Amino acid sequence: MENISRSVVKKDHAPKMSGRSIYVSDYQTAQSGERILTGKLLRSTLAHARVLGVDVPELPEGYFYVDARDVPGDNNVNIVLDDTPVFCRETVEYIGDPIAMLCGPDPDEVERLVKACRVRYEELEPVLDLAAGQEAFFDYRFGHGDVDAAFAAADKQYDETFETGYQDQTYLEPQGMMAEPEADGGMYVHGSMQCVYYVHGALPRVLACAPEKVHVFQDVTGGGFGGKEDYPSVLGCQVAVAARKCGAPVRCVLDRREDLACTSKRHPSLCRYRAAVKDGKVTALEIDVRFNAGGYSTLSAVVLQRGIIAAQGVYNIPNLRLRGRAIKTNTVPNGAYRGFGGPQTFFAVEMMMDHIARDLGVDALAFKEAHLVKKGDSTSTEGRYHFPVPLPGMIDQVDAACDLRKKRALYSQPQTGRYRRGIGTSLYFHGAGFTGSGERDLIKAVAKLRKYADGTVEVLAANGEIGQGLRTTFPKIVAQELGLPLEKVSYNHPDTARVPDSGPTVASRSLMVVGELLRRAAAKLKAQWRDGEEQEVEERFREPDFLIPFYLDKFSGDAYPTYSWGVNAIEVEVDTYTGKTKILGAYGSFDVGTPIDEKIVIGQMEGGFLQGIGYASIEKMAYDHTGRIRSNSFSDYLIPTAADVPNLKCMLYVEKYPEGPYGAKGAGELPLVGAPGAYVEAMEQALGGVSLHHAPFTAEDTMDTIVKEGL
Amino acid sequence: MNGISFTLNGREVTYTGSAADRLLDVLRRDYGCTSVKCGCKEGECGACAVLVDGVLLNSCCVAMGAVDGAAIVTMEGYCKTERFAVLDRAFADLSAVQCGFCIPGMVLAAEALLAKNPHPTEAEIREGLSGNLCRCTGYNAIVNAVENAAKEGNGLW
Ligand code: FES
Ligand code: FES
Repeated sequence: MENISRSVVKKDHAPKMSGRSIYVSDYQTAQSGERILTGKLLRSTLAHARVLGVDVPELPEGYFYVDARDVPGDNNVNIVLDDTPVFCRETVEYIGDPIAMLCGPDPDEVERLVKACRVRYEELEPVLDLAAGQEAFFDYRFGHGDVDAAFAAADKQYDETFETGYQDQTYLEPQGMMAEPEADGGMYVHGSMQCVYYVHGALPRVLACAPEKVHVFQDVTGGGFGGKEDYPSVLGCQVAVAARKCGAPVRCVLDRREDLACTSKRHPSLCRYRAAVKDGKVTALEIDVRFNAGGYSTLSAVVLQRGIIAAQGVYNIPNLRLRGRAIKTNTVPNGAYRGFGGPQTFFAVEMMMDHIARDLGVDALAFKEAHLVKKGDSTSTEGRYHFPVPLPGMIDQVDAACDLRKKRALYSQPQTGRYRRGIGTSLYFHGAGFTGSGERDLIKAVAKLRKYADGTVEVLAANGEIGQGLRTTFPKIVAQELGLPLEKVSYNHPDTARVPDSGPTVASRSLMVVGELLRRAAAKLKAQWRDGEEQEVEERFREPDFLIPFYLDKFSGDAYPTYSWGVNAIEVEVDTYTGKTKILGAYGSFDVGTPIDEKIVIGQMEGGFLQGIGYASIEKMAYDHTGRIRSNSFSDYLIPTAADVPNLKCMLYVEKYPEGPYGAKGAGELPLVGAPGAYVEAMEQALGGVSLHHAPFTAEDTMDTIVKEGL
Repeated sequence: MNGISFTLNGREVTYTGSAADRLLDVLRRDYGCTSVKCGCKEGECGACAVLVDGVLLNSCCVAMGAVDGAAIVTMEGYCKTERFAVLDRAFADLSAVQCGFCIPGMVLAAEALLAKNPHPTEAEIREGLSGNLCRCTGYNAIVNAVENAAKEGNGLW
């Protein structure tokens, strides 16, 4: 193992282990020593309505009602577009849409006041059906080759539709933000978040102040997984407006039901795939992707882009025609969740390949292998796979761990008896970094190192530790490059008053992109090192020169400089009497380049893979005919426990990326992406070779299938 | 004297608020025990778990009236023990702590398990920790850490 990969004790281990870390809900007073007011949101109870007015109960002394009229500047939160209001405008667009915030010293009283508010609505017709939704926030089309000719020449054609549901990030710490007015008229906003500069970017416009008048700090954050990418900008603006009006610090921490029902989730999807096959090969795909965006556009543009770019999977498909839409519905706005659009389309393409293979009478894994991309091949957007594609070696690694090929053959034989088995596989990638030219044109990351006179070095960057280990891995890279002991290099939670904008903590980019800036900065510092002096060095992002420029209007060029790769196999045993499924083993081979700390990377893989298995099997959330999400507690929305998948094996496979620090690539999102395809494929095998089209595939679905198929 | 008397991490205290108040809120607000986390307030996640007379309870589901005369241990007290030191090393060695939010409850769950069963099998550990949700780790590192701690701390439990 390389030196950089050797594991160390994580720098934030001790305070977290002993429970001393201060999360946003743990502050007993504000910075100034003042009492913190509790803020609680009054939310819409209808999916679509005009708000005629709110009858606010009489407020006791020291209590405040805050709504859109109190926004000093523009009532819009800057995300990708600016359509998300701080507090609702004339209409509400989903159940949970914030109308106002009530604030005051006693949380119970605030709660009582929220309940006592009477909102007068004029009901409007809500759009709830993803399949029928007409309005698209975003509508993209691209493709290559001649799809019509390929269909005309095909031996066989297929037409199937795949569906995936919501998935909630379910970070253990609910969303929470706090705003504290400062003596000089400034506003200090802090809390649980991934992206300090996103919040920082949104505030000045809302508060109608100069950017210098706000600063944002990331508190210790109890998990994010994408869920704290954009939502903290919304909640941060709400508490800041409230703090401005109250003239006092205001904190709003969501309760779990509120968090489950009212914050962004993974987009439910509907993907129709038409395939043309000639001589045993897929010659064309025509794909129609619909993502349920919800009531406002938030991050749907970028989630959809990533999803559709991945829609042809890891396969060479000579002809492609694709349309992708983010449909507006009157439901909670969906956003970022680990995988960012990829899990939906990879599920669809993996199932499609599986179904075609079975129809042709060949093994699905062999069929997929016959279509695999390799180095030098063209991507879906006519960019290039510039580096070796390690999938064949990774398949072998998984095969060695679980006898994949043998079991696939065995379980495809007719099974009898109460318990039936299946094993499924998925092959996939995750494009590392922002899609397209985002890193170059939008993010323009800057990172710094500050060396103090005593020879210690501090990393200055904006990426947040959210459990993924950045407070350890950033210093490891710098210490290695400088030849310093790790204790001499530190990285704190970012404060926009102190650190440059190295971009958001998203897209599996922090380690690969910002980590490389830090490595280069460290090399520079080493060359200029002067003992006993304070010194600062800076590095800026520059695009690797091998890239084929990406044009978003045409969806052409390199969408990503490189890819992380995954191969999963999941083995199940179905009890045909009860419908219960036991996961006998879940095996993942993951290529994230050089691990910058092996145990941290394995921890990311295990955590992400288990989230993916939850998404595939038990995490079911849906709304009813009024648009209300009913599964809004941990007794209705189940996530995996320690007892659910005892045999979870994650393995690393290293294909280095020369432009990443020591060869590292993006890691955080990859392990989640492939689980639904592998799991549902396994269920198909266990259920006698049925064709399945949706995830999650729950115990109830299993029972339905058993009854229907007479198993 | 009026009030609810109990020991908190070995110290005798008397709570004079309502007997209907939640132990979770009282520990955090009145006694500054912010290691006790709120993940759901409905008894479903284990983030708020504390030891009450050695039994692991979700403090969000315990009314103050129920702890009169009890001995309560939170991480504020437990982190000073020898047993904690063993778990601490085991968790550190395996990088088993990610975001940290589940950890105080998880560690106390491990303590409750080992106190009852000093040499649990892997399956028993998984079962013993199954009331404590962790969204970050996938549990393997935590389960292995508890297993290692049981070996290392031979005789401590
Ligand atoms: S907060 Fe008590 S069990 Fe979740
Ligand atoms: S470490 Fe984050 S929930 Fe367990």
